[in-house]
Amino acid sequence: MNKKLKVEIIRTLIALSIAFTILVVIVSLISDNPLEALYNLFLGPISSKRNFGNVIEKTIPLIFTGLAVSLIFSSNNFNLASEGAFYFGGVMALVLCFTINVPSIIFWIILIIVSATVGAIIVGLPGYLKNKTEASEIVSSIMLNSIMFLLGTYILVYYFKPANSRAVSSADFPDKYLMPNIIAGTRVHFGLFLAIFAVLLIYLLMFKTKLGYKIRMTGKNSNFAKVMGINVSLVLLLTQLIGGALAGIGGAVHTLGVFDNFTSNRSPGYGWDGIIVAVLARNNPLYVPLAAFFVAYLKTGAAIMTRRSDVPAEIILVIQAIIILLIISKNLISKIEFKILISGKLDDGGAS
Amino acid sequence: MSGFVIEMRNISKIYPNGTIANNNVNFSLKKGEIHALLGENGAGKSTLMHILYGMIRPTKGEIFIKDKLVEINSPLDSLKHEIGMVHQHFMLIPSMNLAENLILGDERSKNGLINKKEIIKNANEFGKKYNFNIDFSQLVRDVSVGVCQKIEILKALYRGAKILILDEPTAVLTPQETKELFVELKKLKKDGHSIVFISHKLNEVKELCDRLTIMNSSKSVGVYNVSDLSVKKISEKMIGREVELDFEVPEKKLGKSILKVRNLIYFNKLGKKKLDNISFDVREGQILGIAAVEGNGASHLLETLAGLRKDYSGEIFISGVNVNKLSIKEIRKQGLRYVPADRMKDGVIKDETIYNNLIVDRLEEGEFIKHWLIDFKEIKSFARSKVKEFFIKCKDENSEIGSLSGGNIQKVVIAREFDNNPKLLIINQPTRGIDIGAAELIRKKMVDLKQSDSGILLHSADLQELMQVCDSIIILYKGEIVGYVEEPKKVKPEDLGYYMLGVKKDTDVSGVINE
Repeated sequence: MNKKLKVEIIRTLIALSIAFTILVVIVSLISDNPLEALYNLFLGPISSKRNFGNVIEKTIPLIFTGLAVSLIFSSNNFNLASEGAFYFGGVMALVLCFTINVPSIIFWIILIIVSATVGAIIVGLPGYLKNKTEASEIVSSIMLNSIMFLLGTYILVYYFKPANSRAVSSADFPDKYLMPNIIAGTRVHFGLFLAIFAVLLIYLLMFKTKLGYKIRMTGKNSNFAKVMGINVSLVLLLTQLIGGALAGIGGAVHTLGVFDNFTSNRSPGYGWDGIIVAVLARNNPLYVPLAAFFVAYLKTGAAIMTRRSDVPAEIILVIQAIIILLIISKNLISKIEFKILISGKLDDGGAS
Repeated sequence: MSGFVIEMRNISKIYPNGTIANNNVNFSLKKGEIHALLGENGAGKSTLMHILYGMIRPTKGEIFIKDKLVEINSPLDSLKHEIGMVHQHFMLIPSMNLAENLILGDERSKNGLINKKEIIKNANEFGKKYNFNIDFSQLVRDVSVGVCQKIEILKALYRGAKILILDEPTAVLTPQETKELFVELKKLKKDGHSIVFISHKLNEVKELCDRLTIMNSSKSVGVYNVSDLSVKKISEKMIGREVELDFEVPEKKLGKSILKVRNLIYFNKLGKKKLDNISFDVREGQILGIAAVEGNGASHLLETLAGLRKDYSGEIFISGVNVNKLSIKEIRKQGLRYVPADRMKDGVIKDETIYNNLIVDRLEEGEFIKHWLIDFKEIKSFARSKVKEFFIKCKDENSEIGSLSGGNIQKVVIAREFDNNPKLLIINQPTRGIDIGAAELIRKKMVDLKQSDSGILLHSADLQELMQVCDSIIILYKGEIVGYVEEPKKVKPEDLGYYMLGVKKDTDVSGVINE
């Protein structure tokens, strides 16, 4: 096996085992019955069909946002507006559900086009601002997320909340517009196929097309790309537009696949979780589904653990943060990598 | 007593990425000698000296100073042992004066205050003590690189260094400045200082040094008295084979003008004039050289011609087309190719494969695309042919650029830019810091291109190289063309040096050169 891949795998495994060790220690300290809590966390998701269905249901949005973030990160750009785009994809589903009346298939096609466009605009905005004003895309995209969240909530409350309803939620979506369920007894929906299709498409884009080549080259050395005549700012902008489109579609598909109506908490941070998916997948679209599944599994386990024991689900955020830190801190576990890389390279000098 | 001030025994160093820089190297330095450390780039000289200076910790090995085993963990430690190092790149602050730079990090102040006049006076006296005649009140940005080099050496002496490590101190100096420096170094030696002299220039080693250690692929090949070896023998030991140091450039009739530069003026962001009314032509089948000391506009000129900046005045024509408003992509479509000075920053992608580094232009022209998708099979076979043609030493075309030596990385750049019969090549420092074998190949390829009617504009700090391959040479000083040598074969490097230092200026070069 290629030594570099080996190092990356080992780094990931080490990061995971350190994070899980810390998890076990924390759970043991705070829980009255740590074994039960850990059992629910690790095995809860496979304890029933419904629970496993929850894992897959969460995997779908994570694939979309994971792809979006992977794509954007590959161009060495740190636009984090995928969260806002994902949320607004949901808002677009809400808006379209109650404003147009067409056959289901046509609705879904329109929905995908609209949510992709809106997502692209949202993620593209910080990129455009950076091109024009050199404003850091990290700062502006994070701020934009708050703006999009509040704007979405405004649209919900002022235009789609039934006047007689006390909850901050829309009326139920028309049945014909909901994503078809594909596994009975779960909420796993047709979006899974769309997600897998997106993975293949982005893989082809990244590794088999001219644009993908330019994205990767720009991401790895933008000076080189510039000197070679690649229009770096255009490439970055296109990358962000495509990423935003993916996140937008993800939000729309998730909203109509899993829920009956729209509330302001329809994205429990899937855009942010896209970051950990991208980091785990090393920005490679082909690894995104695996990473998304892993994160979804942890999230589902955490939810089950909260329900059945005295450990709060938030602990999983701590674990995610530790995993990211360990994976991106390249030197933290470098000694082991070092040994792999130098194995058998040095002459035996012997004593002088 | 062994008589050595420094002895390094069985030093090994492996970098975290797995590169072996030193493999059981022994090195020793006598008191009062100038000891040359020779080897091609990547042979491990700099690593060995950085270990001695405490910047890098060895993976293995021992260092003895005056027969005592010591541990050097930082440059501060090495200073305690009276070791000072002068780096290849200047570490000076341009906006401060020379005296301030001299004492920086070792300010001997009164009540926490520094008296500017006093430190300049003290610095001037300090300089005189070592026979360096410099006015320390000047700002660093106003003095020549020759003076910068001297300040770097004085900085080490100021901190009490008795052992000096000089990493390629003459690389950017003119022949005259080098001569001056050597007089000063010999005086230091007489006063009992010991000097390690890292260099590529074997003639200089012959002239200056007493002993030499040769390194090759991270190992020491041997230690010799300089007087025992000829230049040819030294270079053979460095590369491990015989080299052709000279080759004939065939005569070629020049064709029509391929590059026209007219009244090019460029100001940098500080408002300093970097290019001053430059006009010249490059013609088909011609290699036009540009000689200049670093900082005198050569790189600015080449970068501007390559399309990297647009905020200039004047006009640039490539094959008759005005390129002032064209993008880099469009300029490259006119047949321009560019070899940048900093290959790692601008010339390659370090953590990409060889084949991905070779294909940008061809991909842009629509090659290697089949049914909308990139055909990597074809790309790889293309890359294989380039690896073979340019003798790129690597496992195969899938190897990462970062795993290659400097010379082989440069060959990748050359293989890409020289591909597909370019019309005009802008080449900046193509052989800096690479091994003699690769440099030889690159020079031959330049001559081949000239034979097939490409026009080449070449800047190099290596005057020998310019005089060897160029049909004629322009000399830049402070952004201005001050000299034009029509037949380089008929002049000596020193003659170019006078122009480069601004001592000599031709008055008849104000018009368009070479039209």
